Amino acid sequence: MSTVLKSDRKAAPDNPPAHSVKARQSLGTRVKRLNIPGGLGGWIWLAVIIVPVYYIVITSLKTSEGYFGQNPLAPPTAPTLENYQLVLEANFAAYFMNSVIVTLGSVIPTVLISFMAAFAIVRGHGRYLKFVNGMFLMGLAIPLQATIIPIYLMIIRLNLYDSILAIMLPSIAFAIPLTVLILSNFIRDVPNELFESMRLDGCSEWQTMWRLALPLTRPAIVTVAIYNGLHVWNGFLLPLVLTQSPELRVLPLALWTFQGEFSVNIPAVLASVVLSTLPILVIYVLGRRQLVSGLTAGFSK
Amino acid sequence: MSSSTTHRAANVSRSSERRPAQKSALPWLTLPALFFFLVFAVVPLVGVLVLSFADWDGIGAIGAAGMENWASVLTDPGLYNALGLTFMIMIVSWLVQTPISLLLGVFTAGSQRYRAALAVLYFLPLLLSSAAVAIAYKALLDPNFGLAMGLGLPFLAQDWLGVPQLALGLVIFVIAWQFVPFHTLIYQGGVRQIPKSLYEAAQIDGAGTIKQFFHITLPQLKYTIITSSTLMVVGSLTYFDLIFVLTGGGPGNSTRILALDMYLRGFRANLMGPASVIAVILVVIGLALALFLQRLGGKDKQGSQLEGL
Repeated sequence: MSTVLKSDRKAAPDNPPAHSVKARQSLGTRVKRLNIPGGLGGWIWLAVIIVPVYYIVITSLKTSEGYFGQNPLAPPTAPTLENYQLVLEANFAAYFMNSVIVTLGSVIPTVLISFMAAFAIVRGHGRYLKFVNGMFLMGLAIPLQATIIPIYLMIIRLNLYDSILAIMLPSIAFAIPLTVLILSNFIRDVPNELFESMRLDGCSEWQTMWRLALPLTRPAIVTVAIYNGLHVWNGFLLPLVLTQSPELRVLPLALWTFQGEFSVNIPAVLASVVLSTLPILVIYVLGRRQLVSGLTAGFSK
Repeated sequence: MSSSTTHRAANVSRSSERRPAQKSALPWLTLPALFFFLVFAVVPLVGVLVLSFADWDGIGAIGAAGMENWASVLTDPGLYNALGLTFMIMIVSWLVQTPISLLLGVFTAGSQRYRAALAVLYFLPLLLSSAAVAIAYKALLDPNFGLAMGLGLPFLAQDWLGVPQLALGLVIFVIAWQFVPFHTLIYQGGVRQIPKSLYEAAQIDGAGTIKQFFHITLPQLKYTIITSSTLMVVGSLTYFDLIFVLTGGGPGNSTRILALDMYLRGFRANLMGPASVIAVILVVIGLALALFLQRLGGKDKQGSQLEGL
C-alpha cells in the first residue's frame, strides 16, 4: 500500500509533460467508448440506490392517512414533521447522546494509541516491534462476532455489564489493527531526511512523533477517525449484547426498539431512520473528499 | 506513561548512538494499543475455544462439558443448515457484487464530472447502519404500501419475508445494496492507479475497448480484486446485524446463518457452550478463507486487507 501511495504521488506531477495531446485524445476516446454500457449500468444502479432512499424520506413526511391513501412513491400532499416530533419525544436525544459518547470515546483513544504504535513500528527496529506488527495484521482476520461470548463474560466479570464503557472497550480493541495498518503506511511515506533533520536539531523521538509525524499524517488520521467513527456509530451487536437498560441505548439499537414500539406507524419508524442517519450525512458532506480519497488509498492494491 | 517515555527517549538519545536509542524508547509506545488488543481481542479468541468445552448458561457458574458441546453441535442438522446458508450467501453475494462493483468502479474512475457526482450518491447506503437498512427494507417491501405498488409492479408485491427462497434472495439483494458502494470505491481507486501509458500502448497496437478491458484493466486489478474479494468473503461471515433485524433467521431457519445461529443459541437459548463451538467454526472458516485468498494473491502484503468488516 505504501508503494502505491508513493507511485501515486510521483505520477501526479509527471502526468502533464508525459502525455502528448494526441495521447490524451486517444485516452478520451477510450473513456467515451466505455461510456455506453458503463453509463447505462451506472444510471440503473443509481436508481437502485436512490429509489429506496427517496421512499424512506418522503414516507417519513407523510401522515398515516397519506401513507395508507396515496401512491407510495408520490410526494406527500400535506408534508408533516409530526413523525419527527413523535420520535424526538421518544427520547431520541438521549440515544443520540449515547451514540456520540460511545463513538468519541472509542475513536479518540483508538486513533491516539494506534498512532503511537504505528510510529514505533515504522521508526523502530527489532524483533519485538516486528512481532507486534505481525500480531495486529493477524487481528485483521478475527471476526468480532466470533469473540462476543467471551467478551460478554469478561465484561460481566469486570463489573462493566450494562455500561457505556462496556461498548467502548471492545470497539477500541477491534479498531486497532486496521488503524495501525493505515497509519503506519502513511508514516512510512514521510521522507527519512525529515526525521534526520529533526534528530540533528536535538529532538527526541517523542517530540518527533508529535511535531513531525502527527501533522504530516493528518489526512490519514482524519480518514481512520471517520471510518472507525462510522463503524462504531452503526455498531449493533456490542450494544445489543453488552447493555440492557433503555437509557443506555445507542441509535441502531433504539431504531430496532422503535420498530417494535411504532410497528403500526411506518412513517414514524422511517423518520427515526432518517434522524439517525442525518448526523453521519452531515459529516460525510463535510469530510467527503478526505474520506473517499483516504479509503481509496487505504484499500486499493 | 507519557512522561516516562519522554524521559527514556531523552536519556537514551543523549547517551548513545542511533540504533540503541530507538531500540529502548520506541517499543513502549506500542504498549497501550497492545494492551487493548490483547485483552479485548486475543484473550476472547482463546476464551471462545475454552468456552466451547464448557457448560454455561450465560448467568450461572461455568462447568466443564468435555467434548459434549462439540458432539451435540456436530451432530445437529441445524449446524449444516447454517453452514450451507453461510456459504450460499457468501458465494452468491460474491458473484453478484463483484461484477457490479468492478464495472461501476471502472465507470466512476472516468474523468467526467457527472460520474463523480454519481459516485457521491453511490456512497449513501454506506452511511446507513445495517439496522436502519433492514428496517427501511421491511417498510419498502410491504405488499400494499411499499415500493411494488409505487412502481406499479404488482408482481413485486410478494410476501418477501414469509417465503424461504424469497427471503434468502432478498437478504442477498439487500447485502449487495449496502456493500456494492464500498467495493465500487475500492475498484475506483484501483483503476485510477493503472498507468495510463498501458492504454496508450494498447491503443497504438489497435486494441479495442473490450480487449483493453480484458487485457489491461482486469489483470492490473488483480490485487484489487483479491482485496475486495477477501473483504467481501470474510465480511460475509459477519452480516449479523442486517439479517438479525431483517428476518431474524426466518422464515423457519431459512436465513439462519452461522453468526446468527451462534447468537440465538448463546443469548436466546442460553447455551453458551454450543454457541462457542459455532464461534470457533466461524473463526476457523474466516482464517482459512483469508489465507486461501492470500495464496491467490501470492503476496503477504495483502495481509493488510483481511479486515472482517
